[in-house]
Amino acid sequence: MEFAELIKTPRVDGVVLHRPFLPTVEGTLCLTGHHLILSSRQDNTEELWLLHSNIDSIEKRFVGSLGSIIVKCKDLRVIQLDIPGMEECLNIASSIEALSTLDSVSLMYPFFYRPMFEVIEDGWNSFLPEDAFKDLESMTDEWRLSEVNKDFSVCPSYPPLVAVPKDIDDETLRKVATFRHGGRFPVLSYYHKKNGMVMMRAGQPLTGTNGRRCKEDEKLINATLRPGKRGYIIDTRTINVAQQAKARGGGIESEANYPQWRRIHKAIERSNVLQESLIKLVEACNDQSHNMDRWLSKLEASNWQTHVKEILTTACLAAQCIDREGASVLVHGTEGTDTTLQVTSLAQIILDPSCRTIRGFQGLVEREWLQAGHPFQQRCAQSAYSNSKPRQEAPVFLLFLDCVWQILRQFPCSFEFSESYLVLLFEHAYASQFVCRLFLRQLHKTVSLWSWVNRHQEIERLTNPLFEANSLVIWPSVAPQSLLLWEGVFLRWNRSSKCLDEAYEEMVHIIEYNKELQNKVNSLRRQLAQLETEDPLLQTP
Amino acid sequence: MCLQVEQVRLLDRFSNKSTNGTLYLTATHLIFVESSSNNLTSTSHSLVGNISKLSLTTTGCPLVIQCRNFRVVHFVVQRERDCHDIYSSLLRLLRPVSYEELYAFSYNPKQNDQQREEGWQLIDLGAEFERMGVPCDQWQLTDVNRDYKVCETYPRDLYVPITASKPIIVGSSKFRSKGRFPVLTYFYQEKKAAVCRCSQPLSGFSARCLEDESMLQAISKANHNSRFVYVMDTRPKLNALANRAAGKGYENEDNYSNIRFQFVGIENIHVMRTSLQKLLEVIGTRSLSMGDYLEGLESSGWLRHIKAIVDAAIFLAKAVTVEGASVLVHCSDGWDRTAQVCSLGALLMDPYYRTIKGFMVLIEKDWISFGHKFADRCDQLDGDPKEVSPIFTQFLECVWQLSEQFPQAFEFSEWFLLQIHEHVHSCQYGNFLGNNQRQREELQLRERTHSLWAYLLSEKQNYLNPFYSPAYCEAHPVLEPSTLPYHFKFWRNMYHQFDRSMHPRQSILKTILTLRENSHKRFCTLIELLCLLTLVLLFFQRLHQLGVTPLTTSDPPAHPPTRDQRTNSNSLPPRPDSLILGAPVNHKDVQGQDDEDEQDEVGEEAVESTDMERTVEGSSGTESRKQSYGELEGTYNNELAKEEPAVVSLEFGVARMTC
Repeated sequence: MEFAELIKTPRVDGVVLHRPFLPTVEGTLCLTGHHLILSSRQDNTEELWLLHSNIDSIEKRFVGSLGSIIVKCKDLRVIQLDIPGMEECLNIASSIEALSTLDSVSLMYPFFYRPMFEVIEDGWNSFLPEDAFKDLESMTDEWRLSEVNKDFSVCPSYPPLVAVPKDIDDETLRKVATFRHGGRFPVLSYYHKKNGMVMMRAGQPLTGTNGRRCKEDEKLINATLRPGKRGYIIDTRTINVAQQAKARGGGIESEANYPQWRRIHKAIERSNVLQESLIKLVEACNDQSHNMDRWLSKLEASNWQTHVKEILTTACLAAQCIDREGASVLVHGTEGTDTTLQVTSLAQIILDPSCRTIRGFQGLVEREWLQAGHPFQQRCAQSAYSNSKPRQEAPVFLLFLDCVWQILRQFPCSFEFSESYLVLLFEHAYASQFVCRLFLRQLHKTVSLWSWVNRHQEIERLTNPLFEANSLVIWPSVAPQSLLLWEGVFLRWNRSSKCLDEAYEEMVHIIEYNKELQNKVNSLRRQLAQLETEDPLLQTP
Repeated sequence: MCLQVEQVRLLDRFSNKSTNGTLYLTATHLIFVESSSNNLTSTSHSLVGNISKLSLTTTGCPLVIQCRNFRVVHFVVQRERDCHDIYSSLLRLLRPVSYEELYAFSYNPKQNDQQREEGWQLIDLGAEFERMGVPCDQWQLTDVNRDYKVCETYPRDLYVPITASKPIIVGSSKFRSKGRFPVLTYFYQEKKAAVCRCSQPLSGFSARCLEDESMLQAISKANHNSRFVYVMDTRPKLNALANRAAGKGYENEDNYSNIRFQFVGIENIHVMRTSLQKLLEVIGTRSLSMGDYLEGLESSGWLRHIKAIVDAAIFLAKAVTVEGASVLVHCSDGWDRTAQVCSLGALLMDPYYRTIKGFMVLIEKDWISFGHKFADRCDQLDGDPKEVSPIFTQFLECVWQLSEQFPQAFEFSEWFLLQIHEHVHSCQYGNFLGNNQRQREELQLRERTHSLWAYLLSEKQNYLNPFYSPAYCEAHPVLEPSTLPYHFKFWRNMYHQFDRSMHPRQSILKTILTLRENSHKRFCTLIELLCLLTLVLLFFQRLHQLGVTPLTTSDPPAHPPTRDQRTNSNSLPPRPDSLILGAPVNHKDVQGQDDEDEQDEVGEEAVESTDMERTVEGSSGTESRKQSYGELEGTYNNELAKEEPAVVSLEFGVARMTC
């Protein structure tokens, strides 16, 4: 298929663009295979470049021969294009609709994107499991890197290399994989240097209704326990949901077969419920009526903040088991690709200072989301404005980012990156010229998002000026009064951020001025010291 | 009298944490001293709102004390007898029957009479009206209330239109509730538009009063910009209608020429009181779920009321600044909602009121002098519980909500608002005692108590907002906030000020304030080093009169730009002559070279070194966060204490030890 077939009218003049809190722009609208472009052809006015894949849904309106297309984007922005001429408008609308819902992965923009920047560091090689394992090896010799999944045959959603207990051979792993949902046998997620405790993740055990057991599975996870120690299994489902899963072949680790483990159930919602929650939340945020009660009740009804609280609470619980109880933890839900990853990745943010750096956070996303097989393409296919019935969509990753933002708000000086970094990841998870969400094997054809982020200019924009390395475990408050709505994402297009941005700049300015003074003081001190050494007479006061 | 009870446990409200210590009850304070750390928690009796004794448990007798600054203290006293002693003594001390028993009359900050007198002279309302441009050709000072004869709840000095004669004033006052006739409270010089305030007219169903009508006519005529005056009735229409049956009510547009009448629908003191009670009940729940929290927030109606007040203030500000019309604001008695709307409206219009000094003036004018009944509303004496209402708290919250939208528009930070709130209730200073000026004069507060404003100004550097930009205020003199519902947030730092487990562990505000202070110190060091270097080089030269080339410094120091150069230069170390340096060390020269856009960055904080690191009660950053994330609650040792980063916000909002 050629893009040209889909583009009936590639160009329209006299199009007016309306955006919230920005002046309207009149110009020429162009459609290309991957972009919608509006240019006023004047040097100093902004152009609009919108990826078709960023478009969630469109609406058409007509007043006489003037048509309007309301474009609703996956980053939650809503813009309006006034297009003169009924036919042009219809053509443009149908082209956008077609181009924004292309199903084939290889037609997607990342495969066409050629970087306009110099790739200093190839992001694809930045976070290899081998490198992560080298760090682990320096701390402990209890783990090994297994190639059992080299050709993705044991577990299609796992990377080729995974860390497992040293004493467990590949044959055992193959057996365990048959006992775990999606073949996701327990693997190492995090090693807590301070006390040598670990966090593992897996899919649910396939016990079924007749309580199947798997000795190898028991052996595997028991191998991570110290003698006489108990561990915790954190099941992200409620006990009821977990029991019901038995009927479909899933289940839970029974106390009889796992006597050394204590199972804790938490209630993190999944897929459809989350997608609906997002849709309701965004709807509430876009409601422009001046009614306080309506806003609060819609916010409550969306349940979004409840999900944030649940996820954070579970992550804190996992972190608490490891750091304070000195116990190892196994986390799983059903598939082990959604709620499980939210918990394991957030727990690492809490426990491990290196995850709070720009690079460390990239590594975390790479390890715990991309390599761990979160189905980005399904989960992020549609965002909050989509008219089509949700299939596999769920804002699982967005909720994770929201939780990180909550912790960042509570510890504003402990993160090397700023809120913009989280917003950037949100945007790119849903629509991107970079491949970060497509977990495919033909990756080498595309450019990694990390290659772009890790350039100097970008890093600067995403750096938190308040950052001061904090090597401690950071315990966030999960009281509802301490959790806020993430305005930077959900109200981003509904408010003018001018005042806030200016205040932020002022803050950066104060910090820089302080640094500058420090530098000057230091250089003067050096000069004085130099003088003193030059002249021995000066040393006697 | 001093009661001392050992072995008392202080429980944290939201976790299972507790600390042991000794409880002291003095004539003015309730003090808890932790035995492990000697940390001190003290509460003046005036701050105590409610005490209750819960039923005996195995560990002792629980005593719950709710304070007006929203602190809730939960003690467990080992022996029931002791608990009863504390309880009954506190009950006796809580609400004194006469003003003289209040803390302000015994509080002595070691000042002499002259200092105290100066403290009271800091705020001068006459000067404030002059600043607005009053008296002028249309507005004059009237002495009609010199002896509080016309209206005993108004101040002595009142400003009225030139054309309002004494008979008109007196006639009008007889037609208004409590004699509170229309007077000027703010004058918008640019458009010569006035904001006036009064109480409801005694119109009943049909009564009218020619003097009152001429009074409004006079207000209208004093403004040539607009042919009409807005009359804002801040009550819901239903309430105003109901008042008619009692012979009160609202202005009939048929009787008053040239008015535009408008209801704005802010609820009365009883609704507000219940609303806050509901809110506090909800947020005081342990293990509160997100759903219950949001639902409680909604059903309490608190944020709806806050929004209604801000909406009204915006209406007022727009009428005055955009249309150039004069506005008359009233409610029932004109001392609650009217005070809220007039003061908040003026704050939106006039950047001066967004400075520390200006905010004090605003409170002094619209709240204290015009007779907001602080004694009744804040329950200073043993009075009618139905008169208690968080009207002033709401005003402070509105200001906070605005400061969230305009982070650069206010000279003060929320610590300032919290501190004012604290002292409105603490009865430690004389400013807020009593219900009106007349009463305050009778109590001789100026002679017998101290002024809060003097104290706050002396601590000014603690309350500065580091993001404040006078340039911003110049560019945006009138604030135009959005009142879409999501701009109104729950003010955690007010209602959970003392529940530290809920606060962010690191505070941007505090970090930046510390940085600013560091910058100042570094700047001083820089100057000292430059002096030293100069001396060294001079010394160098004299020693070796051999033509050794003196080193020159690389750069002139960047200077912290200041708004007030004179004050600033006083604090600088003596500067050397720039003989060798070849760079201007002279303060003004440096300033001249400096980057223009740095001009408004540093406030007057450069005057003296600040005292930011002081530790007030409970502000220790190492306080641990033991909280329940689930099943593991309470199963681990609380050894976390050392690990928390030592940054906690809000230390200045905390009750101060003064005895």
